[in-house]
Amino acid sequence: MAKEATEVSYGDVLSRVSRGEGELQPDRMALSMGPSHPSTHGVLRLMLDLDGETVTRCEPVVGYLHRGDEKIAENMTYNQFVPYTDRLDYLAPLANNVAYALAVEKLAALEVPPRCQAIRVLVSEMSRVSSHLMGLGAYALDIGAMTVFLYTFTEREKLYTLFEELTGARFTTSYTRIGGVARDLPGGWLGKVDKFCDQFLPVLDDCNDLLTRNRIFLDRTEGVAEISKEDAIGYGLTGPNLRASGVPSDLRKDCPYSGYEHYEFDVPIGARGDCYDRYLVRFEEMRQSIRIIRQVIQSMPDGPWYAEEAKKIFAPPKDKVMTSMEELIQNFMIVTQGPQMPAGEVYFEAENPKGALGFYIVSKGGGVPYRLKIRSPSFCNLSILPKVARGCMIGDVVSLLGSFDFVMGECDS
Amino acid sequence: MSEEIVSRLQERFTEITPRESLDWPAVNCPARQWADLAAALREEYGYRFLMDVSGVDWKEEAPRFMVVYHLFSTRKHAYLRVAVACPEDKEPEVPSVVKVWPTADWHERETYDMFGIRFRGHPELKRILMWEDYPFHPLRKEFPLAGWETELPDREVAEQTGAKVIGAPMMGGPFVAPDEGPMSEREPRARDETWTEKNPKPKK
Repeated sequence: MAKEATEVSYGDVLSRVSRGEGELQPDRMALSMGPSHPSTHGVLRLMLDLDGETVTRCEPVVGYLHRGDEKIAENMTYNQFVPYTDRLDYLAPLANNVAYALAVEKLAALEVPPRCQAIRVLVSEMSRVSSHLMGLGAYALDIGAMTVFLYTFTEREKLYTLFEELTGARFTTSYTRIGGVARDLPGGWLGKVDKFCDQFLPVLDDCNDLLTRNRIFLDRTEGVAEISKEDAIGYGLTGPNLRASGVPSDLRKDCPYSGYEHYEFDVPIGARGDCYDRYLVRFEEMRQSIRIIRQVIQSMPDGPWYAEEAKKIFAPPKDKVMTSMEELIQNFMIVTQGPQMPAGEVYFEAENPKGALGFYIVSKGGGVPYRLKIRSPSFCNLSILPKVARGCMIGDVVSLLGSFDFVMGECDS
Repeated sequence: MSEEIVSRLQERFTEITPRESLDWPAVNCPARQWADLAAALREEYGYRFLMDVSGVDWKEEAPRFMVVYHLFSTRKHAYLRVAVACPEDKEPEVPSVVKVWPTADWHERETYDMFGIRFRGHPELKRILMWEDYPFHPLRKEFPLAGWETELPDREVAEQTGAKVIGAPMMGGPFVAPDEGPMSEREPRARDETWTEKNPKPKK
């Protein structure tokens, strides 16, 4: 809307500036960054107050992608909600599926067979690699290193091809069910994953050569936006962002779930908590994930891939549904009324690529949750932005956002 | 171990009671004691992480609103659930814990946004996921899945176009069979039937 133009003389401006009155200070500027800005990775909007190039205030505005997932969950059965978890952290849908399934199984006090657990660990780690590849590539792209993005995206494509073979979808996988997974591993698939690991590590070394000792990359990341241990804990940071600040907290080690205690891996931590440390931690996590993937492939147990005894929770195999009365009824009950859960409340968190993804489920019995709260890591990670971004240069904000590796689908749920 | 922390807390904070839980130790805490308990939990009991804040709307039950906190101890690798009931149903309010855990800032704003629960002492309690002028609190149980009609957030656009935020059409919405009632009526149906071909959307 065009405002009525008023004539302002130069002398007038100068005198008002010297008195320090708000709008007319030539070095002060309010900048709205986003919601559609290449470095905000989605629909994050930052309201920045700038003094020259220095950020004096940063206020993140979130919620542009709010779809009301928690309300939706209260209105459908537990299994129907699985596809919605794909759309939380849409760069690691498999890990979200697993976290959600484990939360509901905790409510049902159901333990899935070892093969199912191993499959879940395998897909979680694969999606961790794919998520970090995306985060790493996009981060390097944001601060001017284009080549790395091409390398990481090629590898991510290979992973997506494997996901497609396993789940039938590349992006929205919806692979887990309450009490199991959607289908067993296809024949020969593990060999393909193993082959991927073999050729992946040299590519990772190439990326390492391109970035880790790169002078320009170091200048943009080293010492930028340091987060102290106390702040990281106080603001509820989780995942690589927390570990980069030197807190050795990893739920896979601290509260092992789905059989993570059987695998050997190290938890990398940072020393300073700056953008460079966050990059290094992610980089090393990919190597550790490959280590876990190889152990899973070597020790993949045989046996059932879903909880066979949980007849009120996991739908029976299709061929039995078509031929046997009892299984037909079971299938009908599970599809229409949902897997039957006891009343009570549970809270479960899984170590996802972005941090701890938690589900708090209040059940009054039956197949529909009374209340389902999603604790999304990106939401908590972003809440520290006002504190960290203050005092940064405007160019460093781009570097800071990239190093946080957040996803708005998860933040806004 | 789970019982131990609850009984130790009970010795010191006489008003808290154990809470039923399927997994982690849990306590009920009255709103008036929550600020003291929170500070003690962080400083003396090692719960340095506030992982999650969640509102719960219990509908007819009294008290209606409750805020559930999940704390995590990095030393013991264990969670603690604290449920704080809001004394008033009309204007639910609990003390803010932003000063204890800075992460509570955004969590409390989210809970306020979704349930209308106010947090006394919060530095800037405003909506976070919905826009500032949005009139409802969507996670309250009376709010239908389809939503209610409201004004657009941008007044200028609303004036120019006459458009409104309309409820979502639920025809073919998520199908669930109700848990109770006779079998003949237990066919799967959309749980939220606020707006179907037969029932017009209620005006708020």
